[in-house]
Amino acid sequence: MKKILKKTKVGTGVWEYDIEAPLIAQSNKPGQFIILRLHEKGERIPLTIADTDAEEGTITIAAQSAGKTTRELNDNYGEGDYINDLAGPLGNPSEIEKYGNVVTIGGGVGIALIYPIAKALKEAGNNVTSIIGAQSEEKIFYEDKIGGVSDELIITTDDGSLGRKGFTSDAFADVLEEKEIHKSWAIGPVIMMKVCSEVASKYDTKLIVSLNTIMVDGTGMCGGCRVEVGDKAKFACIDGPEFEADRVDFKVLSQRNQTYVEEEKCLLDKYLEEE
Amino acid sequence: MDIKEDYVPMKEQDPDERRKNFKEVPLGYSKEEALEEASRCLQCDPAPCITGCPVEINIPKFIRHIREEDFQEAIDTIKETNNLPAVTGRVCPQEEQCQEKCVMGRKWDPISIGRLERFAAEWERDQGKETPKVEASKKGKVAIVGSGPSGLTAASDLKKLGYDVTVFEQFHQPGGVLVYGIPEFRLPNDIVDGEVEALESMGVDIQRNTVVGRLFTVDDLLEGNKVDEYDAVFLGTGAGLPWFLGLPGENLNGVYSANEFLTRVNLMKAFKFPEYDTPVKVGKSVATIGGGNVAMDSARTALRLGAEKSMIIYRRSEDQMPARDEEIEHAKQEGIEFHLLRNPRRFIGDDGNVKKVEVVKMELGEPDSSGRPRPIPIEGSEYEIDADDVIMAIGTSPHPLVPRTTSGLKTSDRGTINANGSGRTTKQGVWAGGDIVTGAATVIKAMGAGKTAAKDIDGWLTNRGDWRTDLEDDGEK
Ligand SMILES: Cc1cc2nc3c(=O)[nH]c(=O)nc-3n(C[C@H](O)[C@H](O)[C@H](O)COP(=O)(O)OP(=O)(O)OC[C@H]3O[C@@H](n4cnc5c(N)ncnc54)[C@H](O)[C@@H]3O)c2cc1C
Ligand SMILES: Cc1cc2nc3c(=O)[nH]c(=O)nc-3n(C[C@H](O)[C@H](O)[C@H](O)COP(=O)(O)OP(=O)(O)OC[C@H]3O[C@@H](n4cnc5c(N)ncnc54)[C@H](O)[C@@H]3O)c2cc1C
Ligand code: SF4
Ligand code: SF4
Ligand code: FES
Repeated sequence: MKKILKKTKVGTGVWEYDIEAPLIAQSNKPGQFIILRLHEKGERIPLTIADTDAEEGTITIAAQSAGKTTRELNDNYGEGDYINDLAGPLGNPSEIEKYGNVVTIGGGVGIALIYPIAKALKEAGNNVTSIIGAQSEEKIFYEDKIGGVSDELIITTDDGSLGRKGFTSDAFADVLEEKEIHKSWAIGPVIMMKVCSEVASKYDTKLIVSLNTIMVDGTGMCGGCRVEVGDKAKFACIDGPEFEADRVDFKVLSQRNQTYVEEEKCLLDKYLEEE
Repeated sequence: MDIKEDYVPMKEQDPDERRKNFKEVPLGYSKEEALEEASRCLQCDPAPCITGCPVEINIPKFIRHIREEDFQEAIDTIKETNNLPAVTGRVCPQEEQCQEKCVMGRKWDPISIGRLERFAAEWERDQGKETPKVEASKKGKVAIVGSGPSGLTAASDLKKLGYDVTVFEQFHQPGGVLVYGIPEFRLPNDIVDGEVEALESMGVDIQRNTVVGRLFTVDDLLEGNKVDEYDAVFLGTGAGLPWFLGLPGENLNGVYSANEFLTRVNLMKAFKFPEYDTPVKVGKSVATIGGGNVAMDSARTALRLGAEKSMIIYRRSEDQMPARDEEIEHAKQEGIEFHLLRNPRRFIGDDGNVKKVEVVKMELGEPDSSGRPRPIPIEGSEYEIDADDVIMAIGTSPHPLVPRTTSGLKTSDRGTINANGSGRTTKQGVWAGGDIVTGAATVIKAMGAGKTAAKDIDGWLTNRGDWRTDLEDDGEK
C-alpha cells in the first residue's frame, strides 16, 4: 500500500500525485517508471516517475485521464488515499551525460515525462532547449517547471492559443535549422514521436524516444510490451523504455497499442455508467 | 494376500461441463476412497517409491498412517520433507517420479501417491488449524528473492530453524508460477494463498511489489545499503523470460507468450473481465505452439475463455511431448485438437491482427542432444491453419536482472546461475535454487533446492568457515 500525500491538477485531465515511497525515491533515475494497481480488481498500468524527493521520501507521478484506470485514479483518489500496489523503479534510466546542446520535447502528458530528463541534462551541464506542446492552451502545463531547468523553452499549440501555432516537430525542425544539436529526447503520442523521428533523420541528429507500450508485469516476463527496434523484437520494459528513434518501427507500436480498443471501451463505458 | 490391481479413480468434473468453467478438474478423494487406495500399498521395505521422490517423502509410512486413519500423523510425515503437499499432490509429474518406481506398477496400477498426498493435505486444511508464530532466535537474518516454490520452501525451513526471514517478490501476489502460471482448474490460487498466509503467520515477512535489481541489489542486501543488512541471500527468481521463435508476423496483435496469456488470466483474473479490469483476447480459433504443461494449460485456458476450437501445434509426436500424461489426457477429453509433427513457419495477419498460421509438416529423424528424435521439416508441405490467437509455449529462460546486477555471480551460457549441490553460488553468502539454476523444471525440484539450500545456509551461518563451492572442479550444475 502506498499513500498519496498530495494531489494537484496540472492541466486539463492531468493530475499530479506525490506518493510516499522512500526507497523508490532513493533508487530512481530519470527515465524510469512504476507500475501501479489501484485495487484488487485493477489493471497494472505503467506511469513514469516525473520527479522524486529523496529527503522527503516521495515520488511524483502525473496521470492523464485516458481510459478506465487513469480516470478512476484521477476521479476517485486523493490526498490520504492508498494505492494498493506500486512497484518500481522499472526500466532503464536515460543516458545522462554532458553532450553539449540538447533538445527535450514533450507532447500531451509527455510534458510531465520530459521534465526529469530535462532537469538531469541541465544538471549534467548541457545547454537545454525544451519544446512542449499540446492541442491548446489549457492543455499546456509545467511551463514554469520545465522553463526553470531549460536555457530556452518553446511552447507550441495546434490551434495557436498559446506560444507558436503548430506541432512540436515543427519547432524541433526550426531549432535544428538554427544550431548544432548533439542529442534529443521526445516523449508523447506515437504520431508525435514518429514525426519527430523523421525530422531528426532529416537533420542527421540522434533522437531518443520513450515508448508507451501496453504492459503487464513491467519486468520482462510477459513480452506484451514487445516492439520492433532495428528489425528485432525488444521488450520495452527491460530493454527500454527509451530507444533510438530511427530504429523504432512506429507502425508496429501503434498497431500493438490497438490490441484492446474494444475491451478498453467496454470497460470505460461500464465505469462511466456506474459513476 | 488379496491384491487390488486397479487404482481408485478420482472423481472429475465432466469434460462437457468443465470446458466452460475454471473450477478444479479432479475433485479429490473422499475418506473411503483414500482408505481403499491406501490399502493397496504393499508397504515395501526398502520402498523404491521413496527414491523416485525428489524430496524423499517416507511414502509407505504416510500411507500406513492414512490406512490407520491417523491423518495427522500422515500429514506430519509428508511435511517432514515437503512443505507444500496440497500443491505437489496436484501438479507433480508423479508418473515419472514416485509412482514410476512403485512396485505395484510393474504389473498393475501403481499406488496413486500424489492423490493420497493431496487427500492428507486437504484433511489438514479442513481442520482449520492456525499456524503458530515461530519466534526468531536471533540466529541471523536471511533474505529470499522470489516467492515461487523454491523461495517459499527455503523461507519456511529457515523460519522454523529460528532465522529472521524476509521474502522479496516483484509481483503483488506471492507464489511464483503457482499463481501466475498454473491455471485455477489445476491448482486454485486459494491453495497457494493459504500456504502463503501460513508462512506469514509463522512470522515470515513477505515484501510484495519489490523488484530486486532495480529497487535495490543483492549486494545492497548483504551490505545493509538502503535496506536492512542480511547474513545470507537465497535467489529463487525462476525462469520467467519467455521465448519467441523470431518468425515473420510474431508481433501481430493476438500473438501471446504463454506467460502473458496465463498471467492475464490467472494473476490478473481476465477470465472475470469486465468485473476485473485486465482484458485478454480470445477469438474463435486459438493455436498454441508447444507440447509441454505450459502448452496444455494455455490451450485448455483458451477453451474455457470461449474459443470454439483450441489447437496444440507440436513439432514432434505425442510420445515425445513433455507434458504430464494426465494433462494430455485431460486436454483430449475436453476436445483440444492435436496437430502433431507440425511447426509454424510464419504468422499471417489482417489489419494488424493474426489470422492464420502457416505450418510445415515434420518427420522424425535421428535422436538429437535431448535424446528425442530430431524433427525435420518436409519442404513443400506447408499449409495454413486459421487462428485468431496464437500462444507461444515453447519455453522460458532465467531472467537476467538479478544476475546482471549482482557482483561476482557466475552464470552459464543459458543464463542459469552456477550453483553447487548445496545451492552455493560463486558469491559468498548467496545461494540459488529452482528454475534459476536448472532452467525450467518442476515444482518439487524447486522445493527440493530450497530445502537443501536452507540446510546449508543454517550450517554456514552456524559455523561460518570457508566459502567453498568447488564450482570450478565439479563443473556447472
Ligand atoms: C513506460 C510508460 C510510461 C508511461 N507514463 C505515463 C505517465 O507518466 N502518465 C500517463 O498519463 N501515462 C503514461 N503512460 C501511458 C499509460 O500507461 C496509459 O495511459 C494507461 O495504461 C492507460 O490506462 P487506462 O486504463 O486509463 O486506459 P485504457 O483503457 O488502457 O486506454 C484508453 C485509451 O488510451 C490509449 N492508450 C492505452 N494505452 C496507452 C499507452 N500505453 N500509451 C498511450 N495511449 C494509450 C488508447 O488509445 C486507449 O484507447 C506510460 C506508458 C508507458 C509504457
Ligand atoms: C504454465 C506452467 C505450468 C506448469 N506446470 C507444472 C506442473 O504441472 N508440474 C510441475 O512440477 N511443474 C510445472 N511447471 C514448472 C514449475 O512451475 C516451475 O518449475 C517452478 O515454479 C519453479 O519454481 P521457482 O521457485 O524456481 O520459480 P518461480 O515459480 O518461477 O518463482 C520465481 C518468483 O520470483 C519472482 N522474481 C523473479 N525475479 C525477481 C526479482 N528480480 N525480484 C523479486 N522477485 C523476483 C517471480 O515474480 C516469481 O514469483 C509449470 C510451469 C508453468 C509456467
Ligand atoms: S512430492 Fe511429488 S514425487 Fe514426491 S511423493 Fe509427492 S507426488 Fe510423489
Ligand atoms: S513402492 Fe508402491 S507399493 Fe511399495 S511402498 Fe511404495 S507406494 Fe507402496
Ligand atoms: S511488460 Fe511484460 S515483458 Fe514487458
